[in-house]
Amino acid sequence: MIDFLFSYETLRFIWWGLLGTLLVGFAVMDGFDMGVGALLPFVARTDIERRVAINTIGPVWEGNQVWFILGGGAIFAAWPALYALSFSGFYLAMFLVLFALILRPVGFKYRSKRASRTWRTRWDWALFVGGAVPALIFGVAVGNALQGVPFHLTPDLRPIYDGSFFGLLNPVALYCGLVSLAMLVMHGAAWLAFKADGTVGARARTIGPKAAIVSAVLFAGGGLLVWTGLLGGYRVTSPIVWDGPSNPLRKSVVADGGAWLANFQAHPVLWLVPALGILAPLSAAAGFRAGREGLTFLASKLAVAMIITTAGIAMFPFLLPSSTAPDHSLAAFDASSSRATLRTMLLAVGIFLPIILAYTAWVYRVLWGKVSEKSIEQAGHSAY
Amino acid sequence: MFDPLLVDLSRLQFALTALYHFLFVPLTLGLSVMIAMMETVYVMTRRTIWRDMTKFWGVLFGINFALGVATGITMEFQFGMNWAYYSHYVGDVFGAPLAIEGLMAFFLEATFVGLFFFGWERLSARAHLAVTWLTALGTNFSALWILIANGWMQNPVGSTFNPDTMRMEVTDFMAVLFNPVAQAKFVHTVSAGYVCGATFVLAVSGWYLLRHRHVALAKRSFVIAAAFGLASSLSVIVLGDESGYALTDNQKMKLAAIEAMWETEDAPASFTLFGLPSLTNHDTAYGIHIPWMMGLIGTRSIDKQIPGIDQLVDKAKGRIRSGIVAYDALETLKQNGTDADARSAFTRHSGDLGYALLLKRYLEDPRQANDQQIDQAAWSVVPGVAPLFFSFRIMVLCAIVLLAVFAISLWHTMREEEAPRWLFRMAVLAAPLPWIAIELGWFVAEFGRQPWIIEGVLPTFLATSALGVPDLLLTIAGFTLVYSVLAVIEVKLMLAAIRKGPEVAGVIEGWHPGTAEDVALSPQAGE
Repeated sequence: MIDFLFSYETLRFIWWGLLGTLLVGFAVMDGFDMGVGALLPFVARTDIERRVAINTIGPVWEGNQVWFILGGGAIFAAWPALYALSFSGFYLAMFLVLFALILRPVGFKYRSKRASRTWRTRWDWALFVGGAVPALIFGVAVGNALQGVPFHLTPDLRPIYDGSFFGLLNPVALYCGLVSLAMLVMHGAAWLAFKADGTVGARARTIGPKAAIVSAVLFAGGGLLVWTGLLGGYRVTSPIVWDGPSNPLRKSVVADGGAWLANFQAHPVLWLVPALGILAPLSAAAGFRAGREGLTFLASKLAVAMIITTAGIAMFPFLLPSSTAPDHSLAAFDASSSRATLRTMLLAVGIFLPIILAYTAWVYRVLWGKVSEKSIEQAGHSAY
Repeated sequence: MFDPLLVDLSRLQFALTALYHFLFVPLTLGLSVMIAMMETVYVMTRRTIWRDMTKFWGVLFGINFALGVATGITMEFQFGMNWAYYSHYVGDVFGAPLAIEGLMAFFLEATFVGLFFFGWERLSARAHLAVTWLTALGTNFSALWILIANGWMQNPVGSTFNPDTMRMEVTDFMAVLFNPVAQAKFVHTVSAGYVCGATFVLAVSGWYLLRHRHVALAKRSFVIAAAFGLASSLSVIVLGDESGYALTDNQKMKLAAIEAMWETEDAPASFTLFGLPSLTNHDTAYGIHIPWMMGLIGTRSIDKQIPGIDQLVDKAKGRIRSGIVAYDALETLKQNGTDADARSAFTRHSGDLGYALLLKRYLEDPRQANDQQIDQAAWSVVPGVAPLFFSFRIMVLCAIVLLAVFAISLWHTMREEEAPRWLFRMAVLAAPLPWIAIELGWFVAEFGRQPWIIEGVLPTFLATSALGVPDLLLTIAGFTLVYSVLAVIEVKLMLAAIRKGPEVAGVIEGWHPGTAEDVALSPQAGE
């Protein structure tokens, strides 16, 4: 039993699931922070309105951002080849993301330190960039992963990226970027509707349903791209060895237009996931209109989770297919860490993730309640 | 073939971003603990001045913390971006402590730091104190895990090269965890952070006391900083991380280079207080030596020898030749994974594989190397002696001066008489010293590790990503620009907050120096 639980095969499956869980965790938790950043110029016009919007996430965004950092660390530990390839391959895109994300901590902290209007406006733009740019680029990255990325590995397994930065910005990838942006704007609006009182909340309730419907439509359109074969897939043609050594050079892969549908066709129950990816944002849209903020935020969380999971299921077992050397594609069965590392890391996640979830929940409970213009004025220095 | 310019630029970028990140981290480490101590006094005594102190230093902590977080994001992703081959080669080992750092440390500090600032009205005093301590604990855990990762780069225990996956893999995670180099580094680095926090508080308090401002707050802070700083600087000096330097060839080489010790001396070796090391003559001119001292520092004994540079280079030659056997066997295994002879040859020599890779600087296939190239490669294991020699001495000098500053400060504050003004001036002047020492300490540890990125396993020049020089130039320019702008903003905000004093924390100055002890410490009025 224990041997089965911690066989290399099981561990790789679990870590594929955990990779998805961490990415979903990041998108759900930090996603609404990025959404609020992207919405900042639109939902909040005066300084006090902006402070309301910013203070809805002020005490929590920092913890939320750790999902991103943890995502990076976990990919490094569990899927080192993926970490090496994607971050060096998407080099300038990653630099842009870092640049945008660096602006956020300082933006939140420094904005309130001076009353000057120019000073605050500048930081508002920094927060806007810090929210909107990563939201877009993460989608673009997923779009590229879905199409396959031009790379190959040398016999020493040194990753060599054969594309260019502007190659990443192809129409299909940009389309996925828009899905991601719309989805996180919806998520940010759902949070603001839930958490912000007054004008800011009201504006969020107007923008929210639009973003939700756009998310659903764009996501469904993405499905159409796959269906028509415009967004092709990849298929492993050699026997898959789930407990073999992590060496991506030992398999054969072909590009195959319909391959991203194969998993859904093989297990029809999986269609539930993309179906919810469309239904959940639509329910969120209805929730916004009905003024059910709690349910709306839940629906929005579900939408984010299902949209990301759909991409993961479509690509399984691929993590990052190669468009120029398909045989070198990184897959869940040949790009992981060693069995010992996967097991150690699973233990670490098993111990710490429940603790993290518990204290995060406690912090949100302590901070429960709406942020209003009045509460900001009362808090004085202890609010941003 | 590798591009030397790309390697240099990748190293430059890492050094820039790491050194910059490391300007903020030590202060975060030290301040978080000091703030938690101040708040503990508040909760125990319920005297509001201690809460005001917590809030005031908390504001300065927050300004610094934001940049620590911002620049830390870069570090987490830099390995994959600029060091892709490194990431593939050692991710199985190195990635784990990094991920655990996220799970155990970053979440803790980042989640609770929000409540530290926003939770004053929402939490009971005790609950808020717990939040503050958890934040401090998080920052310290973070140092622990990143130094376990770094310690493994210096002393790669518990792992072996797997020819099937062409990378290093974990064989014993406990060995990685309890790596003696990592432990020495953790204690040393965390203590250095405490010294940094203590010096900062001492300097700012000294500045207030010179100007008779916020005397009650400054005086108490000054005493705490002096006591905490004295303990921490003793810890930094006594538990220096050179205790790990006897463990591996590279660590020994680092020690020999720090000491500019060309020939092995009889134990216990002397310490060269000053001199001018020369790589061409293999000697150190004008050396002033202190007998026994180096043997004590390096081996904590009087009878163990510390090998000199020349001897270590000779040893490297042997390891290169052994590594070539491993390399040859590995090439055979790449063609035919079942070749039993090759596998057994590889197993016997795999510990020296990294030494064969050193030859890749001079030729594509290490197996074709001639004696002259092996000689060259062996000499390449000597890091820059002069920079290490001087950096180490300046670092130690800073530490000793700081120790004296804390000792004198504490001695004066313990006495009943008023403290002299020069004491506070001295405290202000000492402010830059911990940063100088800390940045040089990073330099000694990491520059001293060259030519290795992982000691004996992977040379730095092989570890980069397959990027173009323009990519690197662009991002270096970008980081330099963004980081410079942020540095200017941070320093301005920090100085403005200090100038404004406790009002920035929303503290109402309802307290005034009036008690006997307050008067005793404040400088004479009218001076």
